[in-house]
Amino acid sequence: MAKAEDLRTETFPAGIASVGLGTVTRQVPADEPPPLPPNSELAVIGQSFPRPDGRAKVTGAARFTVDITLPGMLYARILRSTMPHAMVRAIDITVAARHPGVRAVLVLASADNPASATVRYIGAPVAAVVAVSISAAEEARELIRVDYQSLPFVVDMDSARAEGAPLVHDEATAPAGHPSGFPAAAGLPLNGNVRGPAIIKRGDVRAGFAQADVVVEGEYSTEVQTHCCMEPHAIVADWKADGLTVFMSTQFTTGVRHELAEQFHLPLSRVRVVVDAMGGGFGSKSSLGNYGRIAVELSRQAGAPVKLFLEREEEQMDAGNRPGTWQHLRIGAKRDGSLTAISLASYGTAGVGVGAGVGANAETLYTCPNFAGAQHDVFINAGPGCAMRGPGNTPGAFGLEQTIDELAERLNIDPLALRERIDPSAVRREERRVGAERIGWQRRHMAGADPGPVKRGLGMAQSLWGANVQINSSCEVRVMRDGAVEVLSSVQDIGTGIGTVLAQTVAEVLGLRPDQITVRIGDTEFPAGPPSYGSRTTASITPPARTAAWRVLQSLFRDAALALNTATDDLFAREGRIMVRDDPSRGLSFQEVAARLRTDCISVVASRSDDYAGFRRRMDDAALAQQDLGGVQFAEVAVDTETGKVRVERVVAVQDCGRPMNPRQIESQVHGGVLMGLSYALYENRILDQHTGRMVNPNLEEYKVAGPRETPAIDVVVIENYQGQSATDAYGIAEPANIATAPAIANAVYNAIGVRIRSLPMTPAAVLAALGKVPLRS
Amino acid sequence: MLNTTSTLIAATPASDGASPSVGPEAVPILLEVNGTARTVRAEPRMTLAETLRGPLELTGTKIACNRGACSACTVWLDGLPVCSCMILAIEVGTRRVTTIEGLAKGDTLHPIQQAFIDHDALQCGFCTSGMVMSCAALLERNPVPNTDDVCAAISGHICRCGTYPHVIAATLAAATVHKA
Repeated sequence: MAKAEDLRTETFPAGIASVGLGTVTRQVPADEPPPLPPNSELAVIGQSFPRPDGRAKVTGAARFTVDITLPGMLYARILRSTMPHAMVRAIDITVAARHPGVRAVLVLASADNPASATVRYIGAPVAAVVAVSISAAEEARELIRVDYQSLPFVVDMDSARAEGAPLVHDEATAPAGHPSGFPAAAGLPLNGNVRGPAIIKRGDVRAGFAQADVVVEGEYSTEVQTHCCMEPHAIVADWKADGLTVFMSTQFTTGVRHELAEQFHLPLSRVRVVVDAMGGGFGSKSSLGNYGRIAVELSRQAGAPVKLFLEREEEQMDAGNRPGTWQHLRIGAKRDGSLTAISLASYGTAGVGVGAGVGANAETLYTCPNFAGAQHDVFINAGPGCAMRGPGNTPGAFGLEQTIDELAERLNIDPLALRERIDPSAVRREERRVGAERIGWQRRHMAGADPGPVKRGLGMAQSLWGANVQINSSCEVRVMRDGAVEVLSSVQDIGTGIGTVLAQTVAEVLGLRPDQITVRIGDTEFPAGPPSYGSRTTASITPPARTAAWRVLQSLFRDAALALNTATDDLFAREGRIMVRDDPSRGLSFQEVAARLRTDCISVVASRSDDYAGFRRRMDDAALAQQDLGGVQFAEVAVDTETGKVRVERVVAVQDCGRPMNPRQIESQVHGGVLMGLSYALYENRILDQHTGRMVNPNLEEYKVAGPRETPAIDVVVIENYQGQSATDAYGIAEPANIATAPAIANAVYNAIGVRIRSLPMTPAAVLAALGKVPLRS
Repeated sequence: MLNTTSTLIAATPASDGASPSVGPEAVPILLEVNGTARTVRAEPRMTLAETLRGPLELTGTKIACNRGACSACTVWLDGLPVCSCMILAIEVGTRRVTTIEGLAKGDTLHPIQQAFIDHDALQCGFCTSGMVMSCAALLERNPVPNTDDVCAAISGHICRCGTYPHVIAATLAAATVHKA
């Protein structure tokens, strides 16, 4: 924390722009830039500039990891377990190793090493081959002989919880969790296949339920969703005597560098991680992963660059997934709607991994004095889950927001009116107001009131997501003597458009156009950038970008002030010129000022300061801002009660992300969140065969994701919410945009047909079963 | 539903009948790609997508599912969009191959490409090459498409980032430019 004399007092715009802006006064570090005015007063930030890499992506020139070829490069393939649970008794690689073109074979599940001899899911890596071509590697892979001793297995969560179920892990092999609580809390007990509970308590729920006039409760379940990034997980590892270079389709170059340094005992300075274009991650490309370790080890052994990318089937089985969940929610309320108690019990499965909770919506979204939550992970013999767009809160909201709607109906209160009473957020209040107007909420009828077989309905739901910030985030801004400007950071653009936003941020400060700024990112040779997960990228990297640009500008002002015979404080930068405030006719072009530089290049590196009002919580490199991110979504559906088919006709998504930096790119993000949520609600389901443990739909045709035909009209409204917390006051959007969609659709389906569907996905069979027209299939 | 591969099969009669037996080792294959005749050595089992991305070094064409389910690998054969992962290079014969690299005229982007940039119709960009090829083909055969036409043209494409609304907007806007 800065000392008092290093602070200055500043007044920031504060509040919701559409409601009316006020101000807030903050103490800020003396070397931070002055407050940024609201978007309405800015030239570049808040405008929808196109992506700097757009041209490369529409012409095929963009270089993804799968497109990289290095001289002498070899190709790796992974042999994967065909057994859901087995001990490798012996593995014979002699024939494979002699196959023409093979350079190295790596045994991963070694019979000699009890810690690695057990495979726990179909698709678990057993061995890997590197060869001069993909086909040679694939042929050699077929020549590896594995002798498995089959072990009892379980791939269904209910069976795994039963007494006497086959055990997936023991204390020694079960994943440990993490002190942060994410993906799962550390130090929890293991009973059979059940790890937990992770308990959170507030007040006294027993007393709270005793005070309640009305109690609603329900059980909700969600299926496993896979990430389905269009670019597969991919890496090109190049181990050399003087250091390791890795090209990787990753959401976090800085983090992968740390993992590599630690696991291969290398100094950080000898590990370089690079990603240029990156074909989607959604949480699944957050870390090095087993395939990353394999490629690096093979490159080390073979003494050549090694390329490894997963095939679609491997993606579906062993590249992470959103865990399946079951939750029981019970909510008590007074007649006026005020909540008296919420209890939550959940069981979820991330396969052999942990982190299958249902998040913090129930605990934190609404005002309620008494809360008790008990969340459990259940191990099954399936590929490990991992973070996926709004982990925890997305399945959590599916249960909570339907239960709140059910409570509203029991109390005979409109769902929006009930939320007015129990939701303390001023931002969501505005979001509900705007969204209700857009969707035409007054048209909403009684549940199931439509005559005829196709019934329409309106529903809404809310979301809550922490405003995450990565403290270990830094950014360099350079100005060259020829006037060229560069912004550099290892932060990666996974499709969100952070490169555009960085160019806008720097351009705004220097009085230039975004296309005059060269964005160089995705390389750990540049200052360490944040991950592209947790909706934290914009919040973490735009403040240091503005700070670095502002400090560079002060330096340019000093040169310009000498030339213009004025004081630096009298200067401002706009439209490519540096001018005297009182007499803008006196000035120099940006290029003229740059030409006066004493050296070829001036450069400033700035790092992320703490939020000006401090953080709510901080752990290692990560911190949580004081205010949460919200979002309210409305859905209009048509349900065919004869076929069971749900069609989402329209979604209105009203979201907030602090200061919106680029409205069109935000709209793109919200489209992505809504469509992934719609797909989760209606289609997606990883199906494991109970008898073999095999995923039966490990592709993109039987694993159904929403396509153009299923895309509704999506209205995106972004609330400008200023808080005066950083040099840009910008926060994230990607995950909050996903959380409310499935429950909004579910509430709309209820409004259409008058029957509540408590399991995802809401397939035609599930809808017909809910209507009592066909038996329920499990 | 329009399936890009079946469109090809419907529109193109099976070519020369019985082919001589070749392979499995690499054989020379003559292809006309983006207006240039190219001879590559490729194993007969290699798909057009693999051949474009490998020996021809045209990596703009992407492979995402490798079984005709996502259309990321869409290229044109004689102007018709096809999944290049579903046809062997050796089967292409005399048909003209157009890839994403061949769509722009020099530095001048095809109106679809410019519209994709202007409407932010791409996010990660991995499905974009295929999506652009299908939308450009649509404009070639129907200069004044409506929303349903665009939806039909891209119905075989999967975009996990959720660009469909902006792709539709971009294509409708490009149609206006294209026509003018």
